[in-house]
Amino acid sequence: MSTNSGHHYGYYPGCSITKNAAAYGVSTDAIARILGLHLHEISDWNCCGASEYFSINQLPAYALVARNLALAAGEGATEVVAPCSLCYVNLYKTDKNMRLHPDLKAKVNRALDAGNLHYEPDTLKVRHLLDIVVNDVGYDGVAAKVTKPLYNLRVAPYYGCLIVRPDTGFDNVEYPTTMDKLMETLGATVVDYPLKAECCGGHMTQISDTVALELIRRLLHNAAEYQADVIVTVCPMCQLNLDAYQADVNKRFGTNYHIPILYFTQVMGLAFGMTPKDVAIGKELVSADRALTKITAEPPEKPKTRKRDKKALPMPDMIE
Amino acid sequence: MKTSNGGNSFLDQVIKATPGGEKLVLCLQCGTCGGSCPSGPDMDYSPRMIFAMTSAGMKDQVLSSNTPWFCVSCYYCTVRCPQEIPITDIMYTLKQLAIQEGRYEQRKASDFSEHFIGYVENYGRSFELGLATRYFLFHNPLKLVNMGMGMGMSMILRGRMGFIPERIKNMDQLQNILDKAKQIAKEGAA
Repeated sequence: MSTNSGHHYGYYPGCSITKNAAAYGVSTDAIARILGLHLHEISDWNCCGASEYFSINQLPAYALVARNLALAAGEGATEVVAPCSLCYVNLYKTDKNMRLHPDLKAKVNRALDAGNLHYEPDTLKVRHLLDIVVNDVGYDGVAAKVTKPLYNLRVAPYYGCLIVRPDTGFDNVEYPTTMDKLMETLGATVVDYPLKAECCGGHMTQISDTVALELIRRLLHNAAEYQADVIVTVCPMCQLNLDAYQADVNKRFGTNYHIPILYFTQVMGLAFGMTPKDVAIGKELVSADRALTKITAEPPEKPKTRKRDKKALPMPDMIE
Repeated sequence: MKTSNGGNSFLDQVIKATPGGEKLVLCLQCGTCGGSCPSGPDMDYSPRMIFAMTSAGMKDQVLSSNTPWFCVSCYYCTVRCPQEIPITDIMYTLKQLAIQEGRYEQRKASDFSEHFIGYVENYGRSFELGLATRYFLFHNPLKLVNMGMGMGMSMILRGRMGFIPERIKNMDQLQNILDKAKQIAKEGAA
């Protein structure tokens, strides 16, 4: 059985996955195999420009992104799948703005024409990998593959910004829940903390330490307050900021956070029975070893509910 | 020059350069943007003030402020704006105008962007190690040493930093596309 029925996924890995976020790439491949997802890497894809090119010159920035869309469409893809939220939003925004603004579409296609390419907006649906997992594979499809549930591991799903904003329509822009449900499906104890869709600072670490480290501190602090064993992300930039700058945060603020930051695909792999090595656990700077020892074979005890005293005051009927 | 917005050519310029930018004239000055902004407290002017200043034609102050460069591109303002102004995209436009007009004083931020796209334009891919060394060499050599000893080394030991940039196969095609796009952008700006 293939989950691909009706879909042709053009896979856009993004630059980070080739190096800094290699763990994300390895674990994505691993879970795709198990789920029967066929991700066809777009041949000769180029960088999406991250958050930098749009700051310098917008038209070449759109053209840069559009080359990838044109290549994917040329290979017969019906959708483009990006695991990185920044790549995702750039691909999404380019398709959308070309569709909404005919003038932009004409200009971008004039540029693409110089490379014998053309892109008709709306040919492709641009989607994040998490969207494919929760909506195309579905929670039931995922549950069917779980052999080693992550019982008693307290997981804080961290969405960050660009998977839900500006208007990707994939999950709620303020209070997303898809990854929460996915983690629940894996047997983990989901930590519902307020800052789950706040910003990690993006490239601010390169521009202002003061701003960047404070943003990272807030997230770590909030997840720690809610006793998270691990934070799970959907974006290489978020992973890098929370993981690689955690020591800097501890130094600057005199804190002692030790919260490993894993990709959602890595914890999925664990729940599917893979070894930590199979899903490239060990690449993170803040080691996940200690957190993973919290996983138990038995599910957590359900909190006991007290029976209502029949003589107590009446309560309104609860809707299930 | 006579323009549609009471002779304010700066406002027109910003609107023209932003897809959906025409909504900027609808700004109510409610301040939801600044209140939602994670880096708002560290900005010279809040996004709300930037829009008031843009409407008032205060080009110099707007383009030399740190505000657009401190935008983390989280899009909270955009989704919360009651007038549906594409605020984050306007911040991108302001950065672009600041560079074009040479009025920016945020060299550190714009240099990072420029070094980044330097790799993209020459290789078709970004290159983290090259970017880090080149950028910090210019702006913070001491940080480069610290990074090399600490986090940078940890990244290298875990195989998370490459030493050689990857290059796409059809670089000529990409360069032709980008050159053409730059030419079209120039025509549009003239």
